[in-house]
Amino acid sequence: MLPWVLGFVIFTAGPMLYSFYLAFTDYDVLSPPRWVGPVNFVRALTDDPLFWVALFNTAYYVLIAVPLYLVASFLVALAVNQRVAGIHIYRTIYYLPSITPLVASSILWLMMFQSDFGLVNSVLTELGLPTRKWLFDPEVAKLVFVVMGFWAIGSSMVTFLAGLQSISEALYDAAAIDGAGVWARFRHVTVPMMTPLIFFNLILGIIGSFQVFTSAYIITRGGPANSTLFYVLYLYDNGWQFLKMGYASALAWILFVIVLAFTVLQFKLADRWVYYEGGLRSTRRDT
Amino acid sequence: MGVLRGRAAFDAPGHVDSVGLHQLAATRGLAMVFPAQRLARHTPRLLKHVVLVGFGVLMLTPMLWMVSTSLKPDGLEFEYPPRLLPTTVTFENYERGLTILPFARYFLNSLVVTGLATTGNVLSASFVAYGFARLRFPERDLLFVVLLATVMIPFQVTLIPTFVLFKYLGWVNTFLPLTVPHFLGGGVFYVFLMRQYFMTIPYDLDEAARIDGASSFQIWWRILMPLSKPALGTVAVFSVLTSWNDFLGPLIYMNKPDMRTMALGLQFFVGQFGTRWNQLMAVSVVTTIPMVILFFLAQRFFMRGIALTGITGR
Repeated sequence: MLPWVLGFVIFTAGPMLYSFYLAFTDYDVLSPPRWVGPVNFVRALTDDPLFWVALFNTAYYVLIAVPLYLVASFLVALAVNQRVAGIHIYRTIYYLPSITPLVASSILWLMMFQSDFGLVNSVLTELGLPTRKWLFDPEVAKLVFVVMGFWAIGSSMVTFLAGLQSISEALYDAAAIDGAGVWARFRHVTVPMMTPLIFFNLILGIIGSFQVFTSAYIITRGGPANSTLFYVLYLYDNGWQFLKMGYASALAWILFVIVLAFTVLQFKLADRWVYYEGGLRSTRRDT
Repeated sequence: MGVLRGRAAFDAPGHVDSVGLHQLAATRGLAMVFPAQRLARHTPRLLKHVVLVGFGVLMLTPMLWMVSTSLKPDGLEFEYPPRLLPTTVTFENYERGLTILPFARYFLNSLVVTGLATTGNVLSASFVAYGFARLRFPERDLLFVVLLATVMIPFQVTLIPTFVLFKYLGWVNTFLPLTVPHFLGGGVFYVFLMRQYFMTIPYDLDEAARIDGASSFQIWWRILMPLSKPALGTVAVFSVLTSWNDFLGPLIYMNKPDMRTMALGLQFFVGQFGTRWNQLMAVSVVTTIPMVILFFLAQRFFMRGIALTGITGR
């Protein structure tokens, strides 16, 4: 217990307070922080176009990626929950991309999306489809990151799979006896029983997608024309490239508030659609 | 209920034919019957496999492309039309790619960081979890809620002060910033997972040990730890994955070239020799392989861990 309390104070509570303080200062690491009041926040919100660009890019990514991954990984989980020959091999293949180190997979996708002779464009040409300049095209560059994230949906697939496997068969049988067809059983048994996990993956997805950094740092560094300047990348640049640690702290707190607002909103909405077996709100069945 | 059970039992053999008993056993009784399966009797099995294989090809192609490119000689990386199977295979890219920057050293750094961080996570997460699961002290449950709530804090908020702290301590360019924090608390998910596991171990064992004169520390170390190998394994596997793949940590703390990890070294490789795709892919393969081996060695820990926590180590 003591190590955690110590760790919590040193690495969470302390830094949080200090970061809140730093957000109101001018701080370049080399000289001591200088108190400037709420200037950093005011500047971010009213006088920094790049802040809004980064926020827009991130929101764009979150709004496309989160629902897409959620639906896709759920469908894939349904698919690999069938009992057909070799299903374990399929599960393994679908999951493997998720353990590829993000740096390695970023470089891999960077290569595949090369505009000349990259695999993606080559395949598109073969199929007689139009090609794009992907990472050099501000209109579609963000989509490359969506594709990349899609490749790694295996992890949420496994969460869903575990959930699907813990649904009691008696429920399906009872529904079948009541005359429910395949669709009705899916709609009225599977979906309600899975809502806690859908909610869980949704929250983690939102938190994770707001923090996209490594892939953007390696693949585009924010370009072209700032179209992939994601929020955390911008935060990193301010802190470690421009040595504006005070401003970066303010950005971190703005992000915290945004993510928190989203999470709270989701929890509020959850009452309407998330079904907890036994009515225990805070307990997931499998934990 | 009897009727339902009887029906389920009656249904079950119907599925065995296509699967084989060994595979059924391999699912360890976890699997349940999904309605789609019943639909399956009417839909051609083939169609199902076509869909599964199709998606599999989609997921696997990038990885195969990585391996394939790493084996292609210079100039053939961007052949048109693209070839998944190289016409000539060469291992030269591995030799040149791995020596162009001191990747042996980076590999070693990654091993040290990953090893220490994982040791720290396993020990401290289980130690802390023991406190939350077994010891009584004021406001224990409140503290546990606080612990869980810290998941919501984006790490960026604590990133800068932590960096300032380590810089002040002179720890930049040492292994300390990437390892020491793991000995103090060891991550919310890990603590949570360990606590949940400890809760399933009968309390009688603790009491018997206490009557025999064991201290709390001894109960943790000699009774609970040996009984918790599956959970410890899960924590270890996820910790390895997280540390090995970590990029931002090394990026911020390891400025000296000697101290780079594999992930960071790979990024520098792109920055400096960004067009040597076959060599880049060779090094990427080398960075990825330990994780793939780990996955196959510890597959059940992976599945269990994700199922319990939903985290993936990314």
